[in-house]
Amino acid sequence: MTMTRALAASFLAALVSLAPAHAAEAPKPPREEWSFSGIFGKFDQAQLQRGFQVYREVCSSCHSMSLVRFRNLAEPGGPGFTAGQVKALAAEYKVKEVNDNGEEVERPARPADAWPSPFPNDKAAAAANGGKAPPDFSVLAKARTFERGFPLFVVDAMPFVGYSEQGVDYIHALLNGYEDAPAGMEVPAGTNYNKYYPGHLIAMAKPLSDGQVTYAKGENGEPVVPETVEQYSRDVAAFMSWTAEPHMEARKALGFRVILFLILLAGLLYYVKKKIWADVGGEVHGLQPELHKTG
Amino acid sequence: MSGHANTYVPKSRLAKWFESRLPLVGLMHSSFVSFPVPRNLNYFWTFGAILIMMLGLQIVTGVWLAMHYDPSADKAFNSVEHIMRDVNYGWLLRYAHANGASMFFVAVYIHIFRNLYYGSYKAPREVLYILGVIIYLLMMATAFLGYTLPWGQMSYWGATVITNILAAIPVVGDTIQSLLWGGYSVGSPTLNRFFSLHYLLPFMIAGVVVLHVWALHVVGQNNPTGIPIKSGKDAVAFTPYATVKDVFAAVVFMLFFAYWIFYQPGYLGHADNYIPANPAVTPAHIVPEWYFLPFYAILRAVPDKLGGVILMFGAVLILAFAPWLDTSRVRSSNYRPIYRQFFWLFVIVCVVLGWLGAKPPEGGYVIASQICTFYYFAHFLIVMPLVGLFETPTALPGSILESVTGPGKQIESGSGMPVGAAAAPSSKG
Repeated sequence: MTMTRALAASFLAALVSLAPAHAAEAPKPPREEWSFSGIFGKFDQAQLQRGFQVYREVCSSCHSMSLVRFRNLAEPGGPGFTAGQVKALAAEYKVKEVNDNGEEVERPARPADAWPSPFPNDKAAAAANGGKAPPDFSVLAKARTFERGFPLFVVDAMPFVGYSEQGVDYIHALLNGYEDAPAGMEVPAGTNYNKYYPGHLIAMAKPLSDGQVTYAKGENGEPVVPETVEQYSRDVAAFMSWTAEPHMEARKALGFRVILFLILLAGLLYYVKKKIWADVGGEVHGLQPELHKTG
Repeated sequence: MSGHANTYVPKSRLAKWFESRLPLVGLMHSSFVSFPVPRNLNYFWTFGAILIMMLGLQIVTGVWLAMHYDPSADKAFNSVEHIMRDVNYGWLLRYAHANGASMFFVAVYIHIFRNLYYGSYKAPREVLYILGVIIYLLMMATAFLGYTLPWGQMSYWGATVITNILAAIPVVGDTIQSLLWGGYSVGSPTLNRFFSLHYLLPFMIAGVVVLHVWALHVVGQNNPTGIPIKSGKDAVAFTPYATVKDVFAAVVFMLFFAYWIFYQPGYLGHADNYIPANPAVTPAHIVPEWYFLPFYAILRAVPDKLGGVILMFGAVLILAFAPWLDTSRVRSSNYRPIYRQFFWLFVIVCVVLGWLGAKPPEGGYVIASQICTFYYFAHFLIVMPLVGLFETPTALPGSILESVTGPGKQIESGSGMPVGAAAAPSSKG
């Protein structure tokens, strides 16, 4: 094996020397703590409700969320609104439909309706936003990521130390990444400097500022969480994680039971296998009796 | 099917009536019950059964997904999300199917490397082996077609890159491309065609799997020593011995599979595929699924498009020639001290090619890809013929039994397993 080792070592050395060619890119978003990460992760209902509030009061004026239906907000594993709250919420929005006379009419939304988009179509959205439609929020948390590089990407796949919240962390970092451009960097009109955006020039202006959204107060009249950009971005990122993966809690809970069952089954089968092979292992040949007789 | 004794004796009147008209039960019995299996197989030999399980799971989950999927460019992306959101356990079906493809390739790569290490491709198993290469090719086509179906950015641009590659084939390339596109670029007709073919190919795989298993049962299984079954004492009956071992291994593999489905369902995919397909925006890096990355690195190692295409397809097709490129008289690398080191070097080169396939095609990455591509082909064209000629293998055990119990021991009991054709199939062709 010595030859293999020497060759492998020289290979790795050569590869490591190649790596720095790609260093000078955007900084990696920091890894945040999320209630929904890990094997037993669950969404924080209060956080999802706050995140929904941020989306509704700020983001929804430009960003659609067309795959989410009002009823989803009351489904298990989500923000946990009641059916009544969702019905009342939906009624505040108008949706278009074609009536029996073939006329396009507006009616109040029902829980089964999709979240109404802020623009009639993608072209209108692009025209109103400097030529590019703001991305839909439905699966955005799964559509964004950043490279972790070797060897972290291997660690990320593993149980307990695994990492699958890159998209959420990126969104959180992006919303906190607005700062002054470094000296000498030109920021063209219609773009904004963002530390975490690939290429740094993002069309979206800084969307959140401290105190912009008023959260419901606690029982003592004091705010439960700070009303800051950091908190808003955390809450809305968590909310987007739910819209991207509304059955995440069910998935993780079922997974735990499936894996426990398979461990038990594998354990039993191991002993069955051992018992069946016991008479083969030594010198005695262990065939079924009828096989000895024939042939 | 195989030449050894059929030990199935129908008992009931109905079974006798049926067996005299179609000896199906006897066929299954001789193939999966009384079939002699080398007693020294290790767990690498369970991957055949695992692969059959994976094919079955992919077909079952795929048929169910097809009930809810809409293969039109406008609706495909949202219909996949409809499955994820609104269909009962749709998320489970879809994640099992998408990760199932990856697990299928994990299993097939272990199966292929096991084959190469133990020289299973050598006579008399050439046809069995080539059928395996055909299955692998069909799997690659099926997986590629399947990855286009969610119609995200990677689906769309992957389809564009691969169909453009096919256009480089001389004479028929343009025709193939037009047939796949169904228009002047990748679009809704392409998606319809890909969906249709994606549904067709797994059944073709199943057909070749039947031939693969048939060929296996004619020539018998190889084993870690590489020497054939010489007497019944070298073998055990397929059922219960191999069966219970295969089932145990399959459950352990399911455990591995379940982890990905439930806890890392997106890890093996690509984030860009959650952005709906957009012909106007090219992703920063167009990257195939992990199981294609070594071939993608080979494709991009060559500056010439046609040259890259030839090498990429050549990298798969060259596998089929291994039985004739390998000149060694000994099958198993356990007894081949020189070749064994080249084998592991080959494994490392394949892994490094995979890593390079995920990197942008520039600078040092291209040079490294070229070096690895050179070794990939040299392994088959230079190492396999030459090492076989010059290497002195270490001493082989006298029999499979001796490899298990140690040399010189006499076996007193047991009259042995009826073997026959599976022990010594006809000599080299």
